[in-house]
Amino acid sequence: MPNQKKLIVSHAPYCHDGSNISTRSNNIMLAALPAVLHGCYLYGLPAVGVVALSISTAIIWEYLINLLTKRPSTIGDGNAAVIGMMTAMLFPATTPWWAVITGTFVAIVVGKQIYGGIGGNPFNPALIGIAILMLSWKNIFDIDYALLNYDFNFPAAYPLVALKHYGASSVESFSLTDLLMGNQTGSIGSAFGLALALGGLYLIIRGFIRWEISFSFLAALIITSLLFQLYAPGKYAGPLFHLLTGNTLLGAFFLATEDSSSPVNFIPMLIYGAGTGLMVMLIRNIGGHADGVVFAILLMNLTNPLIDKIRPKAMGKVNSHA
Amino acid sequence: MPVPGKKRKDATGVIICKPENRLLRGHESERTIALIKGNKYMKKRPFICLSEPHLEYDAIEPGCKLNVIPVPKKAVLFFGTAYDKKGAPLFKEGDRVKTGQKLILYADSEEYIVSTVTGAISSVSPYAGDFGKSYTSVQIDVAEDETDDAFEKVSGDLSIDNVRNYLSSLPGNLPVKSFSDPDNKIDTIVIAGVDSDLQVITSQYIVSSKMEHIIKGIKILKLIPGINNIVLAARRDSLQGYGHIGAEVKNIGTRYPSAFRQLVIKESLGKILPAGKKPEDIGVCVINAEAVASLGSAFLHNRIPTDKIITLINKDGTKKLVSARMGTPLGDILKAFNITLNHGDRLILGGPMAGSPVYSEDYPVLSDTDAIMVQDKNQIQPVSDYPCINCGDCIRVCPVNIPVNMLVRYLEARMYPQAAEEYDLYSCIECGLCSYVCVSRMPISQYIRLAKYELAEINRAEAANA
Repeated sequence: MPNQKKLIVSHAPYCHDGSNISTRSNNIMLAALPAVLHGCYLYGLPAVGVVALSISTAIIWEYLINLLTKRPSTIGDGNAAVIGMMTAMLFPATTPWWAVITGTFVAIVVGKQIYGGIGGNPFNPALIGIAILMLSWKNIFDIDYALLNYDFNFPAAYPLVALKHYGASSVESFSLTDLLMGNQTGSIGSAFGLALALGGLYLIIRGFIRWEISFSFLAALIITSLLFQLYAPGKYAGPLFHLLTGNTLLGAFFLATEDSSSPVNFIPMLIYGAGTGLMVMLIRNIGGHADGVVFAILLMNLTNPLIDKIRPKAMGKVNSHA
Repeated sequence: MPVPGKKRKDATGVIICKPENRLLRGHESERTIALIKGNKYMKKRPFICLSEPHLEYDAIEPGCKLNVIPVPKKAVLFFGTAYDKKGAPLFKEGDRVKTGQKLILYADSEEYIVSTVTGAISSVSPYAGDFGKSYTSVQIDVAEDETDDAFEKVSGDLSIDNVRNYLSSLPGNLPVKSFSDPDNKIDTIVIAGVDSDLQVITSQYIVSSKMEHIIKGIKILKLIPGINNIVLAARRDSLQGYGHIGAEVKNIGTRYPSAFRQLVIKESLGKILPAGKKPEDIGVCVINAEAVASLGSAFLHNRIPTDKIITLINKDGTKKLVSARMGTPLGDILKAFNITLNHGDRLILGGPMAGSPVYSEDYPVLSDTDAIMVQDKNQIQPVSDYPCINCGDCIRVCPVNIPVNMLVRYLEARMYPQAAEEYDLYSCIECGLCSYVCVSRMPISQYIRLAKYELAEINRAEAANA
């Protein structure tokens, strides 16, 4: 019969709460936007150029991989744009164009797509891109060198480098209010602590990131830096300084919380966050790098599959190995 | 089937529901709009989403009216056994059956059904159900009701034998088999006074309006040898004003999925059902309140009950309580409420979270049809083939702590045995919440059902070849 009425059959459930990936991506970008705009305001057109190039090339790399692997286009989910934005936030404003393109290439292709795309990446893709560049072209990420030609109305030294080389007394000149309000040098998206914290809180309230990771990250960072300071007050700076400088807040709210590379169970999230906070302080205080956020998160990404095995017992589970 | 456009006469003089609807319309249209805006089963992810979503069971509204559907012209009865082409059914086309008459399909099977209508058998045919299950469908041209008096003769005697011999297809689906099977040592009966799915209010209606029948039913259940504990699990608000009912009363939470059997057993008995086991395996039998009420009613009125109470959930999310003769085609019920099914719509038995679909409006009301849901094709949210992004929403929402993010990766790769062994496939109670919250819109719950089915097939094949 040509006009036979046919019903759709499919299994339950027959409803959905309407959430989708692009809303999630859009909200993450929205939350990061104030910090990015502040970076653009502070560093002018070079920063705008880096952000625009980074986001657009990230999307282009993703689309090219889609074409190459003959899979449906996935740029619509916004994840590539988020990765591009996160990468941009970690670049200093004067990063050359070829470094930006290389960075997003590594982030999208090596960091995400070769693992099968969204949800398959074991590491935060943006951090993979940045880490490779940091190891290959160290000078690009020397903030003091990169921002040499800028004139600021606040101390233009990169706080973490100052701390590393000249001890805790040298950073007393940085007022905490200045650090919070973004009057400090750093990468494009990491300076404006207040905007990052508010953006992060927004994402937590909306349920787009997992608060356990951010909170345990910050708690561990504060406790560890406090212990260091108590041990040698002249050598190590206090917790609030570490909280507001470098990539701490960007890492706690936007980088460590990347879905695919972080745990989802409660206790593992706390361990993962706390481990990252601890590693950041260890790298900053006794390691070789001025800021340890990038490598600390990548290191804890590595432990994610293992620690995420700590999980509550499913109801009615029968232990067959007992 | 009645001719479209021609008004159906009400042969039996039962109240038709239409006039009632008209009276209610003014008040209802407001409610309808409210439901479309904040349609409960289409509840959206809230703006502030600090904890997992809370889906609440609907409480029955006071004064909720029961709409009685007239006896259909054609009724369909279902046998759980598959139709055997070579088998010789004990009845044939043209045979007359009476209401309340026992029908046995094949001589060697113990299964019987009780005809709920009087009339002549017009066809016996196979019906293919979900997951390859097959049934035998018996169509009857309905005539004036005549009651078979076999049960009436013995109904003065309250005995389990009578229950076993006459009442296995009561409205509410009394699990006669599980307490008459000597292998099962059932010592506890839980009467479920709340439906497990969202929006369905059938059991709540029974508890709030047919308590005398339930009390009588409990008396009969106590006759089962070995039973030492009967628990009525219901919402606290539906149980006011009743004294001693002969069973312990336990409160059921109002948050989905607390009325699922596994969780009811956990809440009311403090027992945890081992993964993959049936309640009967731990000596518990869960019975719908409607089955207990029907059991009581059978002995109170000396007649096998034939009418099923159904929650009808319309396209706009409004619901109606319906009483229909078992065997009534679903299409007849929809017609009584002027609900039209169009190409591409869905017709669902059960509620929005755990119902099961049917492909034909001729599917009848059966003893376990607690709800009928109609979904418009515009409301159907397609699932996607996107991968899991590991957001963890399913982990937070899962009532039984399954590592859904890992499980679904195994299920996508069809690694079913590993999924069962390491990632708690069999703990799943199939509440559907993981699919409901999935940001990638993966058919997680559907994958789980498929996996259980495939594993059962593998096990069956292995047993056959062993």
